[in-house]
Amino acid sequence: MSLQNDTVARIKEKALWMRRRAFKMVYDAQLGHPGGDFSATDIIATLYFGVMNYDAAKPNLPGRDRFIMSKGHATGALYTVLCAAGYFPEDWLATYMQPRSMLNGHPNRNYLPGVETNTGPLGHGLPVATGIAIAGQITGASYRTFVLTGDGEMQEGSNWEAAMTAGNRKLENLTWIVDRNRLQQGAGTEETNGLDPLDKKFEAFGWDVSMVDGHDAEALLAALSAAPTGKPRAIIANTTKGKGVSFMENKASWHHGVPNDDQFATAMKELI
Amino acid sequence: MSAHAPAAQGLSDCREAWVKALEALAQDDDRIVAVVNDSVGSSKLGGFQKKFPDRLINVGIAEQCMVGVGAGLANGGRIPFVSAAGCFLTGRSLEQVKADIVYANFNVKLVGQSSGVAYGELGPTHHSIEDFAWLRLFNTLTVIAPSDAWETAEAVKWAATHEGPVYLRLSRMAVPELDVPNRVFRVGQAELVRKGGDVTIVACGTTVHLAVAAAEALQAEGIGARVLNMATINPLDEAAILAAADETRAIVTVEEASIRGGLGGAVAELTAANRPVPVERVGFPGFVPTGSVEWLFNEFGLSAAGIAAAAHRALKRAKA
Repeated sequence: MSLQNDTVARIKEKALWMRRRAFKMVYDAQLGHPGGDFSATDIIATLYFGVMNYDAAKPNLPGRDRFIMSKGHATGALYTVLCAAGYFPEDWLATYMQPRSMLNGHPNRNYLPGVETNTGPLGHGLPVATGIAIAGQITGASYRTFVLTGDGEMQEGSNWEAAMTAGNRKLENLTWIVDRNRLQQGAGTEETNGLDPLDKKFEAFGWDVSMVDGHDAEALLAALSAAPTGKPRAIIANTTKGKGVSFMENKASWHHGVPNDDQFATAMKELI
Repeated sequence: MSAHAPAAQGLSDCREAWVKALEALAQDDDRIVAVVNDSVGSSKLGGFQKKFPDRLINVGIAEQCMVGVGAGLANGGRIPFVSAAGCFLTGRSLEQVKADIVYANFNVKLVGQSSGVAYGELGPTHHSIEDFAWLRLFNTLTVIAPSDAWETAEAVKWAATHEGPVYLRLSRMAVPELDVPNRVFRVGQAELVRKGGDVTIVACGTTVHLAVAAAEALQAEGIGARVLNMATINPLDEAAILAAADETRAIVTVEEASIRGGLGGAVAELTAANRPVPVERVGFPGFVPTGSVEWLFNEFGLSAAGIAAAAHRALKRAKA
């Protein structure tokens, strides 16, 4: 197998483990946002196991690549990837949302190594990621900054403030991935406050734009590793909310739905 | 812009002290950057921009982005001073201040310019009289309102070396230097500006010199007024307030802010729970009518006469 094939196989293996482990966390806690965890899992696994430079033993190294989880509710995906990447031991995951757990419902950088900023309220990640990228730009540092937002989250105006700033400053060290599952908490994005055409919007704001299948590790790897273009990069990752579990896919109700015993057993059979 | 009379002799606009201190710090430490929302002029940062063009980040009229970018710059190892009109910095981006700066605990310095009613005639949209109450709720945010040019420079220097989030509340009103011998800037500690045993006046920012004038007027009537400069609103120097409650008969609070929830609110909370004494709060009751900053100060009792009258009211309620 080529190095590329090895990497893709590793990403898939980690993504499968993340989905199974995240669903167990949600099942045990009877709390969480599994639909959005599963739409984002392959993107995040590709970043941590195919793209980013980091040392989990030294989470504050100045030259590390940064990942900002703007859709902070998808902690099932974030906490499992950080665990898989070695930031903390697996037994921490069992404390998910328990009293005084460091694994809060939304991530806190002061509790958990590997968390770059506190998110939860939507529309916060892109401005913070823009600031990190500006710090890199003005100091000549070589690190890259990645930010993952939801798509419904694009309805928050703060994103467009930052999109303008990053475009105008030509932050080619910044990559923004949109988890385009087309569903928000209550309904479809287009029937709520439509976002299309996202690509043309991003282009107009000065971004280099590509579209990929957000569950295709090979395509994600290529898009995330492409050479810089002198512009910030936006990747619209077309995804399926609840990806990987038949009864969850494309159901808005699984935004913060939690499984009963039968559903958990079915999911564990399907996630292999 | 508010039309102000030029600074009278001996008075100074504290923004000059702010930029002078910031430029000197930036000269010695290249981690210091400034972040603005098209507020280079009103923040007096033109000279900083000339000296350090790459370190002045202007995101345009986009306060939520501005505060988020500040957090990101801190993540990237910079020491950002995020400077904008206090009304927009705190009101427009309150959730970014809460989540990105204070809850995330980033080393960001928020600098509220032209605070209080400095933009008098422009009206309540441009006043920043709610900021103390909003920001005091964040128990890990240090909130400082310097009283004069010297204290402004000291507060800027302290903020640059302190690891953690800070809100500096600056004004564009010309104020005199306080006459206190051997001053030392101590964050979180009230400064004893004037001794007195009958009533205590607790003031901050642009109102401290007015509290001193009120104390002089009270002295002429035989009333001893202690004056505390409470530049640090948060964390509050509780010991100084409780001592005032024990050693004097009543307390007057004075601030260029709403009387709800700010310095007056903090003092009232503390004394009501621990040492009930009469407290009179001088400040603004809510949205104020249009008028110059000088008119607003006089109209709402932010004057020597107004503060002295509040002291009389408080003493009348006090036990003999």
